[in-house]
Amino acid sequence: MIAAEWTKIRSVRSSLWTLPLTVVLSGALGYLLALSVRSGGGQAFEKDPLMIAFLPLTLGQLPLVVFGVLAMTSEYSTGTIRASLAAIPDRARFFAAKVAATTLVAAAVAVVAVPVTFLTAQAGLGRSLTVDGWTQAVLGACLYLPLMTAFALGVATMLRSSPLAMGILLPVLFLGSQGLGNIPKVREVTQFLPDQTAWVMLHLAGPQDEDRWARDYGAWSGMGLLVLWVAAALLGGYAVLRQRDA
Amino acid sequence: MVWVIEVCDLSKRYGRVVAVDGLSFTVRPGVVTGFLGPNGAGKSTTMRMMLGLDRPSGGDVRIDGERYRDMRHPLRRVGALLEAKSVHGGRSGLNHLLWLAQTNGIARSRVRTVLEQVGIADVAGRRAKALSLGMGQRLGIAAALLGDPPVLLFDEPVNGLDPEGVVWARELFRGLAAEGRTVFVSSHLMTEMAMTADHLVVVSRGRLLADTTVSEFVAESGTDSLEAAFLRLTAGGAR
Repeated sequence: MIAAEWTKIRSVRSSLWTLPLTVVLSGALGYLLALSVRSGGGQAFEKDPLMIAFLPLTLGQLPLVVFGVLAMTSEYSTGTIRASLAAIPDRARFFAAKVAATTLVAAAVAVVAVPVTFLTAQAGLGRSLTVDGWTQAVLGACLYLPLMTAFALGVATMLRSSPLAMGILLPVLFLGSQGLGNIPKVREVTQFLPDQTAWVMLHLAGPQDEDRWARDYGAWSGMGLLVLWVAAALLGGYAVLRQRDA
Repeated sequence: MVWVIEVCDLSKRYGRVVAVDGLSFTVRPGVVTGFLGPNGAGKSTTMRMMLGLDRPSGGDVRIDGERYRDMRHPLRRVGALLEAKSVHGGRSGLNHLLWLAQTNGIARSRVRTVLEQVGIADVAGRRAKALSLGMGQRLGIAAALLGDPPVLLFDEPVNGLDPEGVVWARELFRGLAAEGRTVFVSSHLMTEMAMTADHLVVVSRGRLLADTTVSEFVAESGTDSLEAAFLRLTAGGAR
């Protein structure tokens, strides 16, 4: 059944194209960002240069989020869902296969995109980034991308519509986290948004030894929070899938 | 009984609208059973409930004694063509059939076999949205045949087929029934049903109007054609 889901993914151009886009976007942005830092562009990065290698992923994750959304909403927009559920009437098994295939593909993209971005950032910066905590950050990023994809899939399964799912996910990933998140009072709340929870591990939350930036959780507990978000989204998606007519 | 479709007191309500209203009938193997009724009679809803896609508000459907939702590899037991399209326009017919085969442990070679059987093997590599209406319909029929199932459901199968295709489909359905399969074909076209079906299940407004053979149906109505018999019956049922 996972093989069938993989056949679905690889046989449609629009979904296939989002995958290399993640690698290209993050890799290119990593290089450019590092170049600008090297030419004296950002003191903010001096204290924690690892940020340069992982900040690009916040943009590079967007094609993967789109991929996760389309994996389910295209079933509804094209009517494929009726063929899928006629082939696998047990909706739990169908959903499990869908989640597994989508997340595995996202993980495969992540293990390429994350090292590539790390290397292009190093190349742009002209020095090694293998500083304290880099292995944990790389591992975290490789977990973060597939988890966000699975989260997007869960939300999309609840909403069953691409515009709706994108309309909710993209503002959360952009505005909530990166815009409003710079206001201290608001950050007390936004630090718990799904993408934010991984930021400590990815060295994107700012130096954690400064009160100004410190989060209420650590690197691994943050990743644990993300896993909870994903579990909630998938359970919600399954509840809707099980209940509603196809 | 083997490979019988048993519809038992089946109902479907959408809010206050009753689409299917206490429908009970049995579909037997070896003959083509026509599912006849005007548009909006509840035929497609009934067929979706047969496949477990829509949840009945009451009653249930058993095929070979089992609910569709409980079947492990349903495509090997029940093949279906639904009225609404269920193929991704960006995916080729070949890949559509391939993923379907993979879900039910059906041999890859069946994909080629059914594509040839419905006569679209030469265009199977094209994206589905590039197929004509008739070819798309043939692809849907190929998907139904994929698992070589003993039970086949076709919802408005001749929609979009050209005259040659209509004759082809009629021969196909009669041939499948002659092999001993259970063949259930819905249509709102009475003349087509008269030429294809042996047995008739007639519905209007979600209710059963008749469950009989084609010849008896015409004879009992006191008219001389299925069309006249059908119009007379549904005129009564539609008040």
